[in-house]
Amino acid sequence: MGTPPCCPPGSGGGGGGGGGGGGGGGGGGRAAWLSIHRSGRCRMETCFDFSRCERHGFKVFTYPQERGQPVSETYSKILSSIERSRYHTPNPEEACLFVLSIDTLDRDHLSGQYVRDVDEKIRGFPLWNGGRNHLIFNLYSGTWPSYTGELGFDTGQAMLAKASFDSQSFRPGFDVSIPLFSKEHPQRGGDRGWLRQGSVPPSKKYLLVFKGKRYLTGIGSGTRNALHHIHNGKDIVSLTTCKHGKDWEKHKDTRCDKDNVDYERFDYQELLHNSTFCIVPRGRRLGSFRFLEALQVRGGQGDEGPPPPGSGGSVSACGVPPQAACIPVLLSDGWELPFAEVIDWGRAAVVGSERLLLQIPSAVRCIHPERVLAFQQQTQFLWDAYFSSVDKIVHTTLEIIKDRLSPHRSRSRFLWNSLPGGLLVLPGFSTHLGDFPFYYLQQGYSPSEKFTAFIRVVSQAGSLSQPVLRLIQAVSGSQFCAQIVVLWSCEKPPPPSGTWPQSSVPLTIIQGSRKLSQRFFPFEAIQTDAVLSLDEDTSLSSSEVDFAFLVWRSFPERIVGFPTLSHFWDAEQGRWGYTSKWTNELSIVLTAAAFYHRYYHSLFTEYLPAGLRELVGGLAACEDILMNVLVAAVTKLPPIKVTQRKQHKEGVAQQAECGDGAAGTPPPGQRSPSAPRSVPAEARGTAGSRRFSQRQDCLNQLADWFGYMPLVSSQLRLDPVLFKDQVSVLRKKYPSLEKP
Amino acid sequence: MCASAKYNTRGPALIPRMKTKHRIYYITLFSIVLLGLIATGMFQFWPHSIESSSDWTVEKRSVHDVPVVKLPADSPIPERGDLSCRMHTCFDVYRCGFNPKNKIKVYIYSLKKYVDEYGTLVSNTISREYNELLTAISDSEFYTDDVNRACLFVPSIDVLNQNALRIKETAQALAQLSRWDRGTNHLLFNMLPGGPPDYNTALDVPRDRALLAGGGFSTWTYRQGYDVSIPVYSPLSGEVDLPERGPGPRRYFILSSQMALHPEYRLELEALQAENGESVLVLDKCTNLSDGVPAVRKRCYKNQVFDYPQVLQESTFCVVLRGARLGQAVLSDVLQAGCVPVIIADSYILPFSEVLDWKRASVVIPEEKMPEMYSILQSIPQRQIEEMQRQARWFWEAYFRSMKAIALATLQIINDRIYPYAAISYEEWNDPPAVKWSSVSNPLFLPLIPPQSQGFTAVVLTYDRVESLFRVITEVSKVPSLSKLLVVWNNQNKNPPEDSLWPKIRVPLKVVRTAENKLSNRFFPYDEIETEAVLAIDDDIIMLTSDELQFGYEVWREFPDRLVGYPGRLHLWDHEMNKWKYESEWTNEVSMVLTGAAFYHKYFNYLYTYKMPGDIKNWVDAHMNCEDIAMNFLVANVTGKSVIKVTPRKKFKCPECTAIDGLSLDQTHMVERSECINKFASVFGTMPLKVVEHRADPVLYKDDFPEKLKSFPNIGSL
Repeated sequence: MGTPPCCPPGSGGGGGGGGGGGGGGGGGGRAAWLSIHRSGRCRMETCFDFSRCERHGFKVFTYPQERGQPVSETYSKILSSIERSRYHTPNPEEACLFVLSIDTLDRDHLSGQYVRDVDEKIRGFPLWNGGRNHLIFNLYSGTWPSYTGELGFDTGQAMLAKASFDSQSFRPGFDVSIPLFSKEHPQRGGDRGWLRQGSVPPSKKYLLVFKGKRYLTGIGSGTRNALHHIHNGKDIVSLTTCKHGKDWEKHKDTRCDKDNVDYERFDYQELLHNSTFCIVPRGRRLGSFRFLEALQVRGGQGDEGPPPPGSGGSVSACGVPPQAACIPVLLSDGWELPFAEVIDWGRAAVVGSERLLLQIPSAVRCIHPERVLAFQQQTQFLWDAYFSSVDKIVHTTLEIIKDRLSPHRSRSRFLWNSLPGGLLVLPGFSTHLGDFPFYYLQQGYSPSEKFTAFIRVVSQAGSLSQPVLRLIQAVSGSQFCAQIVVLWSCEKPPPPSGTWPQSSVPLTIIQGSRKLSQRFFPFEAIQTDAVLSLDEDTSLSSSEVDFAFLVWRSFPERIVGFPTLSHFWDAEQGRWGYTSKWTNELSIVLTAAAFYHRYYHSLFTEYLPAGLRELVGGLAACEDILMNVLVAAVTKLPPIKVTQRKQHKEGVAQQAECGDGAAGTPPPGQRSPSAPRSVPAEARGTAGSRRFSQRQDCLNQLADWFGYMPLVSSQLRLDPVLFKDQVSVLRKKYPSLEKP
Repeated sequence: MCASAKYNTRGPALIPRMKTKHRIYYITLFSIVLLGLIATGMFQFWPHSIESSSDWTVEKRSVHDVPVVKLPADSPIPERGDLSCRMHTCFDVYRCGFNPKNKIKVYIYSLKKYVDEYGTLVSNTISREYNELLTAISDSEFYTDDVNRACLFVPSIDVLNQNALRIKETAQALAQLSRWDRGTNHLLFNMLPGGPPDYNTALDVPRDRALLAGGGFSTWTYRQGYDVSIPVYSPLSGEVDLPERGPGPRRYFILSSQMALHPEYRLELEALQAENGESVLVLDKCTNLSDGVPAVRKRCYKNQVFDYPQVLQESTFCVVLRGARLGQAVLSDVLQAGCVPVIIADSYILPFSEVLDWKRASVVIPEEKMPEMYSILQSIPQRQIEEMQRQARWFWEAYFRSMKAIALATLQIINDRIYPYAAISYEEWNDPPAVKWSSVSNPLFLPLIPPQSQGFTAVVLTYDRVESLFRVITEVSKVPSLSKLLVVWNNQNKNPPEDSLWPKIRVPLKVVRTAENKLSNRFFPYDEIETEAVLAIDDDIIMLTSDELQFGYEVWREFPDRLVGYPGRLHLWDHEMNKWKYESEWTNEVSMVLTGAAFYHKYFNYLYTYKMPGDIKNWVDAHMNCEDIAMNFLVANVTGKSVIKVTPRKKFKCPECTAIDGLSLDQTHMVERSECINKFASVFGTMPLKVVEHRADPVLYKDDFPEKLKSFPNIGSL
C-alpha cells in the first residue's frame, strides 16, 4: 500500500485522519484565527456581537422615528412588521438586532425618496457602534447607467437585507437577499395565490411567456434584447417593446415598430394566467417585480366565501379564470436569489442561464408533467409562506438571522422547504421532525398511539364536581389514554390527592392561574403527541373518545372534535359572524372537547405575539377561536367533526356554550347555512349574548390581525363506518354512539 | 428528444389518426434517438485514450511509458484563483450545450511526467487516491474521450495534497495543458489546502478560473455556486470495516478522538470532561506504544488504549474540531461509525453543503459556545439522535466512503447546476434508503380546496348495456356540479347508438371509442376531461341519489388527493393461508372504495396509465378484473393516505349486474379479487392500503333536525 497522500507524515496541523501528527500548527487557536479574518469581509463570526443576544434572546429594536424625517410607505410597512413581531423590543438595552428609522430603501440618488446625508445622521446615533448588529433594508441601489450595489453611505459592519443582490457582493451567511416588492404589497395577509387546476399534463394555452421592456442599450440589454428570438407565436409568446423611457425613439432599431404592434395585441395578465412557465429576466437591476408577479398571479376569488374585509386581501377583479401560478424561469445571472440561504429554488423555479436563453424552450418542453405539477405547487407554497405580504418578507428575514445565532437550534433546509414553511415551525419546540404534526407521511413516522386528556377546571367550588368525576372516569376508560392532566384554574387550591378518583392512568394536577390563554401553554406534563382538550363540564363516553382519537390519528395536523361552530360573512353588517346553531357546515371545533397535536400549544404560546393572546384572554374569552384560527392558518384546512351522541351535544350547548345556546333558534324555514342571519334580537341584553358579541368582535379582530380570514369550512362529519346502518348492532364496533 | 419524455396526450383510439406528417417526424426522431443511444453505448466500451481502468496501477502509470514534459523556468504561470468567479462569469457553458441526457461530458487529460529545467520531477507521481478518482470518472457516465465534446476537463496532475506540491511548477504544468484557456471549465480536486503558518483554506496553486473541488473551504474562500466543497477522504474508510450499529444508547455521550488539537481546545475539552465525568471521553495519541503497532489505529486516555476508529462507535456524539485546516478526515471516520458529528469550526463550508442538509446529520456549535456543548447536546431528543446517527452513516456510505463516491457526487453537483431542471432532488440526496422506502411524497401536496364551480367530469365505462347506461346518464345529469359526461365506449364490435337516441342532458356529453376492450380504458387521462375531479361510474350504478353524488363531490373537494367513493371494501390478513384476503362483508373498517362509483383527481388517471408499477396494468387487462383495486393501491401508495368512504352502505343491486357487489355470491370473483390483492402487494413490495374506521356523512346526517333544512337530505335511502 502506498503512503496515503492525504496524511503525509509530519504535515503541519491536524490534517490527516490517520497520521496527522505534528503540533497544533500556526493557525490553530481562536485568537489567531480571528486576527487573520477580522480584516476580511464581514461574517457573523467577525462582525456580529453574539453576546448581545444571550441574555434576552433574539430581540429587535427599531430606532424611534425622528421628526421631519420622511419615511416612505414601504419602509414604514417594514418597520411596522418588525414592531408587530414577537421579537420587537422598545428597549435598546435588550436588543440583539437594531433597525434604523432612516429610510434606506431607495438609494438611487435620482429618486425622489432618496434620503441625503445618511452618513452624517448615522454618526449621530449613539447606538450605531460601527454598524455592529444592525440590519439595513434596501430595495434599490445604484442608478443609471451602471446600477451598482452601492448604497451611498458607509454601512460599516451592518448586515444588509437587500433586493437584487449580486452573488459577488453578497456576504454569505451575513447578508440576506430579499425580493423586490412594490409599495402596494400588502402589510399582512396577502393573496394565497390561486393554484387550482392541478392538471396533468398542464393544459395551459401557452408553454412559456414574457411581455416586457426591451432595453436597447445599457446594462441588462443583453438578455432583454434577445428575448424576442424565442417567440414562436404559438405556445411561446415573448413580446418586447422599446417604448419606454423618454427618448426611446432615438435608440430605436428596425424591430421596434413591428414589435410594438405585437406587444399591444396580448394582455399581460391573460398571458400569465394561461402559461405554464413565465420568463423572469433581469431588469436593469438583477431582481425585478416580475419575480413576485410570476410567483403570485392573482386570480378570481372563486367561491371560497365572501371577500375578506378591510386591509390585507385585495379583492381582485373577477373574470380572470382561477389558474395556477406560472413557474418562473429565472434569467438573471449572478443574482443571489431571495432567501436562497434557506429556500431551495431548484424545486420551485427553473433557474436558467441568460447565456442559454435559446435553449430554454427545449429545456422547459422536456420537463416531465409530474415535475411541472410539483413546481407549480412548490411555487405557490413558497409565495404563500414567505412572500405574500411585507410581514412575511420581514419575518422571514428575521428568522434567517435568528437561526444563525444558534445553529444547533435552527431549522433544517427540509423544514424551510416543506409545508407549512419555516415561519410556522419553531425550532425552540424541537428540531426533531417527528415531534411536529406535519411530516409524518413524508418521513414515514406515525403519531403516538396514546393521548393525554387535558382537563381545565375553573369552577369555584374548590371540590370536585360530579361532571369532572364522570369525565375522568370516561376518558381513563379509553384504551388509548396515556395520562390525565388537570389544569386547576381556581383560586382555591385543588383537593388533596386522596380525594381524586382512582383511575388506571396517571393523573397530574397543575396549579394554574385564571388566565384563559394558559390552557394552551406548552406544559411539560403533556407527554404524548395527541392532546384531548376538555372542559370540566364536558360529557363524553369512552367509545366516543376512542373513535375520535382514531380519526385524529388519520388527521394529526387538524383539530378533531365534537361540538362545532360555523363562521360566516355577514354582508349586512360588513363583518364576520359565527353561529353555534345546527348548520350544514362547520369551521371551528370547540376546544371543550377536541383532539389536537401538542405542538399547537407551543405555536399558540410562542408564535403569537403576547398582545394577541392577551386580547383573546382578557376581552372576549375566545382563546378557543384563536386556536382554531391559528391551526387553520397553518394547515389551510378545516377542522374535523366526529360523531357525537345527542345527549352530549345538548350538554355542551348548555354548559360550555351557555351563552351561545341562548342566542335563539334560527327562524324556521331559513335554509342558508353559509350565511345565516346574525344574532336574533331577543337575545340582546343577557350576559350570554354579551359574551357572544364579544366573541364575534374577537373573530373580527383575529381576521384583521392575520390580514384575512383563515378559517375554512367543511360540510362533512366523520362517523363510524356502520353508523346507523341497518345491520345488527352486534356487528358494530361503536354501538353506543347511536343511542339516543 | 422530448417525444419519449412527453407522454402522448391523445386517447388510445386516436393514435392511428395522427397525421402522416407527424408520424414520419416521430419515426425520424425516434431513429435519431436510437442511433444516438447506440453510439453513446458504444463509446462506453471503446478503448479509452488513457489506459482502461482495471489494470491502471500506480506503478505502471508513474514510472514507465509516460511522456516527459519539461517546463522551462519562464513558462507561463496562471493568475491566482479569481475570487469573483461564478458560473456565469468564468464558466463556458456553451461547451456543455443542451443535451438530451442532461449529462455533462468530462474529459481527463492523459498522464504526463513534468520535470523542471534541471530534469527534477515537479510533483510526485499520481497518488493512489487520485488514481481512484480518475478511474471513477473514466468509468462513469460522465466520461468522454473526445476533448472536443467535453464540458469539463480534469487534469491528470494530482493536487489533492498541497504539502506535496511545488506550487509554482505545478501551476506552470497546469498552464500548458492543451485546453487550459485560463483554466476555464477545468476542475481541480484538492483535499489538503494551504500550508504553514496560516493555512489558506483553498489551494494555493495559481489556477486562474479553474473550479476547485476543495476540502476545507471557509466562507471567505468558497465561491458559492462555483466551487464544490468536498470531504477530506479518510484512508480508514477503505481499510476498516465498521458494521452499521443499530440505534440505542452508547457508552460515552461525547468523545473526542483528534490527536493534533490546539492546546486551547484541548483545555476546553478537558474541562468538559472534568465537569461531566465518564460520559465524556477525550482521547489523545498514545505515547508508549510498542513497536509495530500503527499509531494511527490507537488512541489513549491516560493509560487506557483504545482501538481507532472502533472506539467512535462507543459514543453518541463525536467532536470534529478545526485543526490548522478546517477540513478534517476525522469527520469521515465519525460518520462511518454512525456517531453524530459535533462540528466546531467557525466559517467551515461543510462537504457538499450545496446539496446535503447537514443539520439533520450533525450538530454545528459556534466555537464561542464550546463550553455549553454538553447542555446543548443534552437538549436533543433521543429519537432525533437516532435519526442523526442513521443520517450520518448514510452520508458516509453515499458520499464519503471512497474516492469514487466523492468524485461522482462532485460531478453530479456541477451537473445539477448546468441542467437545473433535471437536477437530483433534495430527497434523493438526503434521505437514507430506509426513509426513501417508508416515506411518501404526495404529488398533490399543496392543501387546496378546488373551487366548487369547476365541477366534475363523469366517466362512464360501458360495453353494451345501453338501456342501463342511459338511465345512469339521466340520473347523473341531475347532479348540480356535473360539468361534463364522458362515455367510454369499450365495444369495438358495435357502434354506439346514434346521436339522436342519447338522453338530452344539460351538460356536454362526449363518447370516446376505444381501440381495444380493456378495463384500463376507464382510467385513461382523456383530454376531454377538463376538470380536476373525475367521477368514475359504472353503467349500472343507478341507485345513487343526486344528493349522494353531490355530497361525494363536496367531500372530494375537501380531500382532493384521495379516492372518495361509495361502496367500501377491506383487505384482511388471512392467518391460516398466510396471505391477504378480500372482504366485502359489513365490516367496521374500510381500506378501499370501488371505482364503480368514486371521485378522484384526474392526475391519478395519468399515474394509472403511465406510472403503474410492474405488470399490474397488463394483469388487470388480461383478467378483466381488479382495475379498481389497482387504483386503490396506486393512490394509497403515492399519497400514503386512506380512502374516504362516503354515506351509509346500501345494496348496490341491479338486475343485470354480475359482480359489482360482493353479495352476488360469486365465489370465483371473490377468490380472484383476493388474488389481485396478493399480486399487487408483491409488485408494490408493500401493502400500501390504509385501514380506517370512519366514513364521511353530511354534518347533520340523521340528526334530529328538519330534513328540509339539511343540505343533503336524500342520503342513505335504499
